[in-house]
Amino acid sequence: MIKGQIVAGVLAPHPPHLVYAENPPQNEPKSECGWETLRWAYERCRKNILAKKPDVLLVHSPHWQTIVGHHFLGLDEFKGLSVDPIFPHLFRYNYNVKIDVELSLSIANEAKEMGLITKIMKNPDFRVDYGTITTLHLINPAWDIPAVAISSNNSPYYFSNEVGQKQMMILGQATKAAIEKSGKRAVLLASNSLSHRHFTKEATIPEDMSAEHIYNHAQYLWDMEILKMMRQGRSQQALDTLSEFIDMASAEV
Amino acid sequence: MSSNIISQIYIVPGLPHILLAHEKSPAWQSLYDSYSKLRQEIENNNEADLILYFSTQWLSVIGYMFQADPNPEWLHVDQNWYDFGSMPYNFKVDTSFSEAYSQEVSKLGHNVKLINYKGFPIDTGTIVAQKLLNPNNKFPASMVSCNMYSEKDESIEIGQAAAEALKNQGKKAIIVLVSSLSNRYHIKDIDPKEDEISSAKDNEWNLKILELLAEGRLEDVSQCTREFSRQANADMNGKGLWWLSGLCGQTNNFQGKVYDYQPVWGTGAALISLTPTFTPIDTTDNINQDNLDPQVKPSNQIFSSRAPEPVGAYAHAKKVGNLLFLAGIGPRERGTKTIPGVTLDKQGKIIDYDIEIQTRSVIENVKIILEDSGSSFEKIIDVQVFLTDMEKDFKKFNEVYKEYFSKTQPTRTTVSITALPTPIAVEFKIIAEA
Repeated sequence: MIKGQIVAGVLAPHPPHLVYAENPPQNEPKSECGWETLRWAYERCRKNILAKKPDVLLVHSPHWQTIVGHHFLGLDEFKGLSVDPIFPHLFRYNYNVKIDVELSLSIANEAKEMGLITKIMKNPDFRVDYGTITTLHLINPAWDIPAVAISSNNSPYYFSNEVGQKQMMILGQATKAAIEKSGKRAVLLASNSLSHRHFTKEATIPEDMSAEHIYNHAQYLWDMEILKMMRQGRSQQALDTLSEFIDMASAEV
Repeated sequence: MSSNIISQIYIVPGLPHILLAHEKSPAWQSLYDSYSKLRQEIENNNEADLILYFSTQWLSVIGYMFQADPNPEWLHVDQNWYDFGSMPYNFKVDTSFSEAYSQEVSKLGHNVKLINYKGFPIDTGTIVAQKLLNPNNKFPASMVSCNMYSEKDESIEIGQAAAEALKNQGKKAIIVLVSSLSNRYHIKDIDPKEDEISSAKDNEWNLKILELLAEGRLEDVSQCTREFSRQANADMNGKGLWWLSGLCGQTNNFQGKVYDYQPVWGTGAALISLTPTFTPIDTTDNINQDNLDPQVKPSNQIFSSRAPEPVGAYAHAKKVGNLLFLAGIGPRERGTKTIPGVTLDKQGKIIDYDIEIQTRSVIENVKIILEDSGSSFEKIIDVQVFLTDMEKDFKKFNEVYKEYFSKTQPTRTTVSITALPTPIAVEFKIIAEA
């Protein structure tokens, strides 16, 4: 069998605003557009990703928060209505996601062997979190590529960023090993924002771009610093800086 | 005032273990059984109009959300404990109150959103509590979100807005705070039979909080919530306790009862009731001693939610036998620094005062405290009067006094003193029949 490979990794955040502004048929609320530059970026990203003809999209979402270990969706298909608990007026989306259960199980096993706790979610009534759905939609609106959906372990909240980061590094290594064994071409989607401090008020028209900006300048500077490292391929430095960045920019973990 | 708008207050945990998997653990089963007692109380409640929920698991970012779907219905699965099973629900919601409450919160300058979307995810905590407390929708429910960025003052004012909405609608509510105490989970799989609070320190803090709540000292809990949160990772930093305190008048004037305290996957889960009361309470039988720290000592202190705030560590009144002893009562008014009948300069020194106005205000405060203690003005036995300027003020003071006391004529002693702790000229000390 050909050795599988990670063909791309994307920091692919999940603001439901982008789906809302795009007005896809699956989403009930409709907008007058907005957040264009981000949506254009997603369009370019989508084009690049799909050109690599991936067999599977792996999403790690901070909106499926788990306490005991790292969880994986474990049935062939999940479908239903996702209503965003924070922005329900923007995101009420009918989803139907196919899961690559074989790869999910394989990653879970690899991670378990490396010392992590893993669990497979097989309750058919389970509602897939909106972070996973938003990211998958924005990368592949046709929904014709199976996915692996991985939860976000809560350990950073209970212990420290470093503990969380250590676990995530192991999870990443397990994911890589399982992908290589699978023979599949995989795209990794980290469904995370950078700085993550929200406004607590909203413009009357949510897509009113005159009201949109990064919450404060310090967060903006930190975002730019991390982006600069990523742009220059200094991933180890970005990892070394990550813990401080999370604290200083209220980054999403 | 709280007693007219609140029928009963409950603090309950909202973890699905209690609803779906109680048989797996003696601790969870105990909580399930205790929930049954509260459910029975609610079934027997004939005075409430609705149940108002505040769950620390319903988080909002932009202001506050209010459930406004008259009949939300869904099949819910918890994101962590999905193996325990699914939770179908079909609730009845008091949309009129939700709207009224949202309007009050809007007046405070917060964004508000009425939630009426098919499939909106009601949080696990609210579902667990509602299914265990009000399974047949005997009372319509109202639900408000917990803003993840709110701090103490904001949480309190959101609670106060609920009280205002209840008052405006003329409704009486059962108030349910769905919240754990310490909120530190075991992060590995455990044998549910051996579940325990995840740290000794968390346990110690939980017991401290329970001790206060068993005495009905909700405001005292609110005051130490920040430290509780720091020390024991209180659920959502204790926002729910602040909300509850704001709604209930920021007083300690409750009859507290702790039904149970158990671990749920390491967190502190307690079922507590608080009954608003302005009558002296004998709380010696109110605590389930099997489940509570033996240091708990009920009290007979009375704190009025209408009288001026004490300026030291004392109650407004204390009942001993069939007598009621009031603290020294001055003319101040609750919630304001302005003293009726007193004009102060910028440094807080008295420029001028009116002894008649002050005396009337003192007597009105005495009336309030007596009423809130279950007694009445007519039951006053003895009055001690303290005047800071006998020569100047006695005559006018005595004229006002006569208006109020000519019928009952309790015994009285009037003395002149050099000063009182606040810039007032008169203070009464009262003994009355309880």
